[in-house]
Amino acid sequence: MSKVLMKGNEAIAEAAIQAGCRYFFGYPITPQNEIPAYMAKRLPEVGGCFIQAESEVSAINMVYGAAGAGARVMTSSSSPGISLKQEGLSYIAGAELPCVVVNMVRGGPGLGGIQPAQSDYFQATKGGGHGDYHLVVLAPSTIQEAVDLVMEGFDIADQYRNPVMILGDGMLGQMMEPVEFRPLSTKRQLPPKTWATTGYTGERPRNIINSLFIDPQALEEHVRRIYQKYEEIKKNEVKVECYNCENAEIIVAAYGTTARIVKSVIQKAKHEGINVGLIRPITLWPFPTSTFEEWTQREHVKAFMAVEMSMGQMVEDVRLSVNGRKPVFFYGRTGGMVPEPNAILSEVKKVIGGVSR
Amino acid sequence: MTKVFTRPKSLTDKPFHYCPGCTHGIVHRLVAEAIDELGIREKTIGVAPVGCAVFAYEYFNCDMQEAAHGRAPAVATGIKRVLPDRVVFTYQGDGDLAAIGTAEIVHAAIRGENITVIFINNAIYGMTGGQMAPTTLIGQVTATTPYGRDPGKAGYPIRMSEMLATLEGSAYIERVSVHDIKHINQAKRAIKKAFETQLAGKGFSMVEVLSTCPTNWGMTPVEALKWLEQNMIPYYPLGVKKEGK
Repeated sequence: MSKVLMKGNEAIAEAAIQAGCRYFFGYPITPQNEIPAYMAKRLPEVGGCFIQAESEVSAINMVYGAAGAGARVMTSSSSPGISLKQEGLSYIAGAELPCVVVNMVRGGPGLGGIQPAQSDYFQATKGGGHGDYHLVVLAPSTIQEAVDLVMEGFDIADQYRNPVMILGDGMLGQMMEPVEFRPLSTKRQLPPKTWATTGYTGERPRNIINSLFIDPQALEEHVRRIYQKYEEIKKNEVKVECYNCENAEIIVAAYGTTARIVKSVIQKAKHEGINVGLIRPITLWPFPTSTFEEWTQREHVKAFMAVEMSMGQMVEDVRLSVNGRKPVFFYGRTGGMVPEPNAILSEVKKVIGGVSR
Repeated sequence: MTKVFTRPKSLTDKPFHYCPGCTHGIVHRLVAEAIDELGIREKTIGVAPVGCAVFAYEYFNCDMQEAAHGRAPAVATGIKRVLPDRVVFTYQGDGDLAAIGTAEIVHAAIRGENITVIFINNAIYGMTGGQMAPTTLIGQVTATTPYGRDPGKAGYPIRMSEMLATLEGSAYIERVSVHDIKHINQAKRAIKKAFETQLAGKGFSMVEVLSTCPTNWGMTPVEALKWLEQNMIPYYPLGVKKEGK
């Protein structure tokens, strides 16, 4: 299959269609507007349905209804819009419905700006809505990876009956790269959607899509069962890239757009005789904790440093994973400011100077 | 012996949890009878609201989805777009439909979403303990209008049926009441007609049912029926508000 040059947002939309998504409910917000626009054009061509909802709240509840009816369905938004979708995401997680949600993060809090940021990490990985639940959070750093993860994301969602979030940012959404739409490398056994509300003919038990458990004991049992599922996800679905970590004095943790920048920092550092490694979580939830644990055992690693486009959110997970075995530092820009390679390099040098003194 | 009165197939055997004298039970039955008579139970998917009817999914003997507060029309939209040949209905109270879910109901109607909405208007929030609803009448005492609803402070009661009837996408909108046998029979006809509207693919249909809440109104069931007739009907006139095409 040949490669095509595509804008990130449009590539994500096409990937969803190729993954069998036929329903999209969304609401415009910058910088992800190309996704709904692309879906509005393409879905009717493949017998699907696009609705521009009256709000993000409504869009996510249309997703809930469509997912409950057994369809592959997606919505997309950016930070303030994702905040509005949190109510629905909590219900979708509670009712165990599969869907894919794209968040092209922009600077916040509040209305913030429209430039790329990573300041929705807490919201994406720690629940976001009310109650005990997790989304599976996939953080691509190239458009090709975004395409692959969107396609796999639908399978992950169906396999575990859990919402999957693609966490990108304005940079990934707006830039162009050559991409190839290729079949998934792993074939999963997807359970049939026997639970979907498609009409009760008596051939199966009556299906109810619900997240209400008035009896606290029943609710605790339900939540505990969901958490068993999360344990399975943690066991099976962690994705992480380790880059130049062998012999690295310092390992930088970065994801998405920031990880791309860190890769060029690593090249610059090499020219100056400094060995910098990168651990790039691809799944932000489940977080690649054991990968960090492993690298803390290495003598040559003096310190870890999280680099993020936030005031320091993922660094908390890095600290938990490193668990005091090595020092953990942080460098971040926020508000839509993208860190410069030189600035990151000088922070790296400061850390190395400090820990090897 | 000939059986002349049986439980509708579209209701489960589960006993209702509703308060004594509450008319939810009557309306549930009317909806179930309409579904039975149209022979559509096997292709009907219901959407239950938040509020007193939150357990509606336990009573209607068809596939059901439980929606977040006010979001039932959006959930129903998602279902109907995936399964356009099925019958999709929401069952919503006045807090659900006329306050927190106003945007959802208005836009479902604007889109001409081919769903049926059963709207229970009892002029109060039941489940949360008798607070003011958007439909609470002027002067009506509730937990949050202890001096009676003062429009200067709390605004005016909303007439949803009249409002939605102005929208191009609405195909059939009628307000009915269940305070006596005659009106119950009229309500049944309206509910059936609303489902027929959907079956004909005509677009959005809604039946607003004036209902009682003896518990939160602080009345006996009989007093409540009288109060409905004397106070609600003058403000919420019964009848067809929209019938197109």
